[in-house]
Amino acid sequence: MTLLDVRGLTVRAADGRTLVDDLSFTVAGGERLGLIGESGSGKSLTTLAVLGLLPDGMTSTGSVELAGTQTVGATEKRLSAVRGRDAAVVFQEPLTALDPLMRLGRQIAEPIARRTGLRGKQLRGAVRDALEKVRLPEPDRISRAFAHEVSGGQRQRVALAMALACEPKLLIADEPTTALDVSVQAEMLELIDGLVQEREMAVLFVSHDLAVVSRVTDRVLVMKDGRAVEQGAVHDIVRAPREEYTRALVASARQLESALDLRSPR
Amino acid sequence: MTGTDLLTPTKGRRSRRSATLVVGCVLAGVIALLAVVSFFWLPYDAEDTSGGRLAGPGDGHLLGTDKLGRDLFTQVMTGSRIAVEAGAGSVFIAAVLGVTLGVLAAFAQGWLDDTLSAFLDILIAFPTLLLAMLIVAARSATLGSAILAIGLAQSAVVARLVRILVKRVLAQDYITAARTSGTSWPRSVLFHVLPNIWPTLVVNLALQFGLAVLAEAGLSYLGLGAPPPNASWGRMLQEAQATFTTAPAGALAPGILLVLLVIGVNLIADGLRDTLDPATRRRRT
Amino acid sequence: MARYLLRRLAFLAVSLALACVVLFVLLRMLPGDPANALTAVGASPEQIAAARRSIGSDRPLPEQFVHWFGQLASGDLGTSFVSSLPVGPEVGARLNVTVPLTLAAFVLAVLVAVPAGFTAAYKRHTWYGALLSGVSQLGIAIPVFWLGMILIAVFALNAGWLPSGGFPQDGWADPAEAFRALVLPVVTIALVMSASLIRYVRSATLDVLGSDYLRTARALGSSFGRAMWRHGLRNASVPVISILGIELASTLLGAVVVESVYALPGLGSLLATGIAQHDYPVIQGVLFVSTLAVLVIGFVADLVQRIIDPRLRGRLSGGAR
Repeated sequence: MTLLDVRGLTVRAADGRTLVDDLSFTVAGGERLGLIGESGSGKSLTTLAVLGLLPDGMTSTGSVELAGTQTVGATEKRLSAVRGRDAAVVFQEPLTALDPLMRLGRQIAEPIARRTGLRGKQLRGAVRDALEKVRLPEPDRISRAFAHEVSGGQRQRVALAMALACEPKLLIADEPTTALDVSVQAEMLELIDGLVQEREMAVLFVSHDLAVVSRVTDRVLVMKDGRAVEQGAVHDIVRAPREEYTRALVASARQLESALDLRSPR
Repeated sequence: MTGTDLLTPTKGRRSRRSATLVVGCVLAGVIALLAVVSFFWLPYDAEDTSGGRLAGPGDGHLLGTDKLGRDLFTQVMTGSRIAVEAGAGSVFIAAVLGVTLGVLAAFAQGWLDDTLSAFLDILIAFPTLLLAMLIVAARSATLGSAILAIGLAQSAVVARLVRILVKRVLAQDYITAARTSGTSWPRSVLFHVLPNIWPTLVVNLALQFGLAVLAEAGLSYLGLGAPPPNASWGRMLQEAQATFTTAPAGALAPGILLVLLVIGVNLIADGLRDTLDPATRRRRT
Repeated sequence: MARYLLRRLAFLAVSLALACVVLFVLLRMLPGDPANALTAVGASPEQIAAARRSIGSDRPLPEQFVHWFGQLASGDLGTSFVSSLPVGPEVGARLNVTVPLTLAAFVLAVLVAVPAGFTAAYKRHTWYGALLSGVSQLGIAIPVFWLGMILIAVFALNAGWLPSGGFPQDGWADPAEAFRALVLPVVTIALVMSASLIRYVRSATLDVLGSDYLRTARALGSSFGRAMWRHGLRNASVPVISILGIELASTLLGAVVVESVYALPGLGSLLATGIAQHDYPVIQGVLFVSTLAVLVIGFVADLVQRIIDPRLRGRLSGGAR
């Protein structure tokens, strides 16, 4: 069953430059797809286009069907029904992605209340559960805190909790570990991996880092300058990259890892 | 600047930006030209009252005459000179004093820092015009006093801005790096801090120019600017107020030129902000 | 919060005291002895000396300052050199004009600028969004006195709907009359004030519209309107409030030009007369009251901002990093 069906998606800037060019891919229910490419390759814009959240002035053409709803050219009303319910996002920068002036608990409560209609004490309980699920210690303290009062890793967990609280069919993770300390990155990936598995959620994982993508996803789509370079199963791409650009990506990831191997005590 | 602005980097915007700059330069340039020409040539002598009182436009007098029979266009020309002088002089004082104070305040620590910033905040809360009135009263009502007064009042605004900008730059890593590598702080100010803040600073100074022109006009309107026979636009307007309905030219022409000059300078500031400020040029996808 | 309030109040008191010193020193730098204003031209040195004695300007400066400060502490603003009337009641009478004028103009300006600034940002690609931005560009370039002159010419002299200036002799005894006298001045100030406010509201709105948290809220299913209501309003209000404080304070004092255009007996015109006549107690009195107002407005603006923005408060104990 196809959950997300992108066909011929093209995103243009206001001056007519093509930022994403005729992109097609699908994500089946429960499947995990990695979008990989350097910054400026159009991978983040693709995720925004899926949800109809392109920045002002940019336009998208083509077709994006998310759980049966066409999101290209859809009305705002239609889109806001799809967002959260069918697909939810974790963005790259957790500090700016959270409202600096609102307690974290209230921010998580919003999508929960919208989905479940809970209020008052029950809602607070649900918020607590959501925070515990992303393995945040002291959920009550976090719930009362503001974004600037907790660490980067904790903020990203809160953002993840918000996205998961929507219980979407598809989780879109836009470089969710890039802004984090290296020591926290692995933990975060493991967390996403585990939670998504439990819920049998589909994942669209965007990253510039092949090593990160290969840990979480089954399939990857390599992008460059707004176009799809190649796509396929992770192990195929890593073992036998067909395109020049993919080869370079794999080689540089390998180099980093072998450097680590050389220096490790074993 | 805003995220949306960052995300809309288009050719269309770029050309609209330079259009802003061009229109601003044309507006301000016309007034500046009037001011320059007034040094060498004026249609009539400032004291020439041969045109008869409150004559309408035409008949040798482009804009007519004022209530004493002096040529209005001549006065408008001298007025443009005074306006440009007031703007340039005040901004010069504000720039020199404001940047110096701001940089020093930015390096202050602890209670001294708190005190300085609180002092600047209070100073800024007082309108420029009021500080200027006090200073003009302490000296005498001349164009020089007005310029000094407006410049002093504005230097507080500039100093506060510079203090914040410098603090921001100092907080960034490369300054720390420059310092730990043994660069003295005057050097780091000269080579690291000032190059980083000048785009924002120049834009603000352009805005201050417009405000200074307005403040000088206000002072002259209150009789605290350049004394007669120097025809400041503010004083011309004050003199023409009583005859607004019977001889509107005198009450409209200086006002319109004043507005055009200030809009011109503000447009230049906007245009400069868009072309100079690296923050609005940065792109992201 | 209580600790902060206490510290902030102490700061207010210290600034006020410092401002008094600065005021006093600045005023003694004015040229001309105030005694000259008391005596006729060509008065004998003895007459001038007597006048100096009677107003105390022959004493050493520190003594004069202590005397003035003592007076202030007991709520006395001193006595005018020129009119020999107490300054306090005079200032009070002027505030009856200036405070309603300023507040009405302020409220009107906010009511105009907030929706207009929001529209100018949200609809910036439409013709009316661009028009609003253009009008505010024009508005900040118009000298307030010239706008006043034009409004008088159109609405008072031509149409005859409203008085062209002045204020009823008996103040607010006839509220309708006093109100009519303030309509044009209020509109004049409000127009100029809203022009600059629109720009601040517009840029604050633009910041919010481009913010990641707004995008997050929408990405998780909030409608645009709801996300703006829950997140946008608060976030945009923080920078706007500090500007509002400064605008309010500067209008309170800056009304001097508008008062002059409309011949209103306000605080600004009292100050202008005081400066022209070297009437120290009047100048000191007006500036003291204004400083107090500026400081109190700043205090309130700070407090409101602190309540809205937790980043301005102290960090959470323990959990903060």
